Amino acid sequence: MNQHETVPNASAGWGGRLFGWIDARFPLSKLWRSQVSEYYAPINFNFWYFFGSIALLILVNQIVTGIFLAMSYQPNAHLAFSSVQYIMRDVHWGWLIRYLHTTGASLFFVVIYLHMFRGLLYGSYKKPRELLWIIGMLIYVCLMAEAFMGYLLPWGQMSYWGAVVITSLFGAIPWIGSHLEIWIRGDFGISGATLNRFFALHVVAIPLLLLILVACHLMALHEVGSNNPDGIEIHENLDAQGKPVDGVPFHPYYTVKDLFGVGVFLVVFALIAFYAPTLHGFFIERNNFKPANFLQTPPDIRPLWYFTPYYAVLRSFPNKEFGVSAFALAIILLFLMPWIDRHPIKSFRYRAPMYRILLGVFAATFLFLGYIGVQPATLFWQKMGLRIAEIYFLFFVTAWLYARRPSRRALLITFFVALAVVLLIDWRFYLASIAPLIWRTLVIPVAYLALFYLVPLLWPDGLRDRTVPQRVTFR
Amino acid sequence: MKRNTGRSRAAAGAFLALLLYPATGYAIQLSGYPLMTAPVNLNNQASLQRGARTFVNYCMGCHTLQYVRWSRVGRDLNLNNRALRELMFLQTKPTQMMLNAMPAREASRWFGAAPPDLSVMVDRKGVNWVYTYLQSFYLDPNRPTGVNNAAFYRVAMPDPFWQVQGLQKLVYRKVSENGGTVNRFVRFVLVTPGTRSPAAFRHMVGNLTNFLYYVGHPDELKRVHLGIWVIAFLVVFTVFAYFLKREYWKDVHRKHPHEK
Repeated sequence: MNQHETVPNASAGWGGRLFGWIDARFPLSKLWRSQVSEYYAPINFNFWYFFGSIALLILVNQIVTGIFLAMSYQPNAHLAFSSVQYIMRDVHWGWLIRYLHTTGASLFFVVIYLHMFRGLLYGSYKKPRELLWIIGMLIYVCLMAEAFMGYLLPWGQMSYWGAVVITSLFGAIPWIGSHLEIWIRGDFGISGATLNRFFALHVVAIPLLLLILVACHLMALHEVGSNNPDGIEIHENLDAQGKPVDGVPFHPYYTVKDLFGVGVFLVVFALIAFYAPTLHGFFIERNNFKPANFLQTPPDIRPLWYFTPYYAVLRSFPNKEFGVSAFALAIILLFLMPWIDRHPIKSFRYRAPMYRILLGVFAATFLFLGYIGVQPATLFWQKMGLRIAEIYFLFFVTAWLYARRPSRRALLITFFVALAVVLLIDWRFYLASIAPLIWRTLVIPVAYLALFYLVPLLWPDGLRDRTVPQRVTFR
Repeated sequence: MKRNTGRSRAAAGAFLALLLYPATGYAIQLSGYPLMTAPVNLNNQASLQRGARTFVNYCMGCHTLQYVRWSRVGRDLNLNNRALRELMFLQTKPTQMMLNAMPAREASRWFGAAPPDLSVMVDRKGVNWVYTYLQSFYLDPNRPTGVNNAAFYRVAMPDPFWQVQGLQKLVYRKVSENGGTVNRFVRFVLVTPGTRSPAAFRHMVGNLTNFLYYVGHPDELKRVHLGIWVIAFLVVFTVFAYFLKREYWKDVHRKHPHEK
């Protein structure tokens, strides 16, 4: 740090003197240098690395549009639905503000899911970034709470019944469940009391928490440094000045690069917000154009698309306790990724072919679960949901097993144990009337287990890792 | 505002049809009734104006547009003061919402369900559904209103267009599907002719659907036009950002030429 930059300089203009005055009292230029202009990021970021800064942009968008919506919105069961309609019609640019908020909410999840998948691809949760990943997961859980509570506010049919379903999940917790459910709702059912408290949580409590967590996420990131598509630590290869050879200062290199990424993203954002704001019922559901009616349960209750993967897991068990436990486990396991995948190689680029297939299948599993969650709750989709949920959980088992090169015996034992668990679940929920469906869909987990546990027996090279290069690759 | 020719003839026809129509005992639940494509065009001012007229004449006795102001409709549909006044019948203030005098409590006793507000109905049911539904009433002596609807099984609403469209009969056939028997729609047969030709009636419903679509999204035209400018700006911005990025990254590429 150069001393003269923090001391008021008489020869500088009034702007320089002002900065000097501030710098003597607040670490402005120090922060700027340490966090931005001298924060070294790897040179080889690819398109997956746009989503962090884009997520930050959406957070700002949600807060700004949210402030303007809160100016006209009425958190009152008698007025909420109407006030949203008045925002859309009588508030100047109200329709634009609301569509930016609704489109932003859905795209927030698109971006966060891509951001998280980037973490899985390049092993960004591995040492020393375990805490960074956990803070990120906390942000994700907060975001889910924020989205869920925000969705009650328009007070449409789906808002109402979605809230009924999700709050009733807490009722499945043994002993305290039913009390907890009433405590969360503030009433015996979803009512104006629930609406008011969800409004308070949606506009004050959770956004505050989110901002603090995002700050922590960035602080943790800047402490350990960014990972990159090769999963190589750039701070282990320094030049004479002590700067990473394969790093560039975040500013200006990544600020201008992210500017481009933001531009592309905003084009997509604007296309949706201006030309398909409801996105055929995916961003704003049709049934939510009907005011909430606690006497009329809609035939199909489903959450918005970003919760449907978990909703499919929840729905796939006929037993509520099982469903809720599976739902919770599906999220908890993501928290534990740093200790499940303990493989020393970070990036999937240099992992064994079988691991790369595993990641691809996991991504497909998540998307397919999302698709199943949108379908009506027929027996067929319920069973399919169970099968795909089994695959979802088996990913973590397989990732754990692949973390150390597994022996033939370990592969075989895990194969039979996993198969036994799958069959045990079928036995627990066996119904003679759907026996053919159970047997037919059993092929899905069996094929999965055969692929990841039996194929490596015949193809040992499928588990052979590749050599990690000394320096990052850069095109 | 509407001519009344043919009303008594149609009424007599309806009465006769009701008498002659064989009672089946149960209302028919159809499966797989296809939806027609609604001719929505917000740029067609004449269509919106005609739709508004049809709405006021045929729908507003029971239904409201509680989030829509008369003045807004007048402004968006380019109605002059006199035309707007004519549309408003006896309501006095153009800044009022498009409400009616039907008490909801009574209405739900009369019909079994209060007629819903139609401000966002198109978003709720889909524009093609609304367009199809309004043309799909058919005679059904098992219903208290004398009609059923092919798009809405056992609908409580009576057919508002029975004079204009004429009364029609449902032709269906039983087919087996997934191990059960379902009723498949074949066609409608007009029992008594309406005061308008089928084509003219379809046109009238099309205009009405267009109007109902408009009241759901009064700002849609503005949004569509503004979107072009916003996206054009963003595309130019992105192009500049791309070249700025390339310029900045030139020296990084010079410094790291070694990799693949």
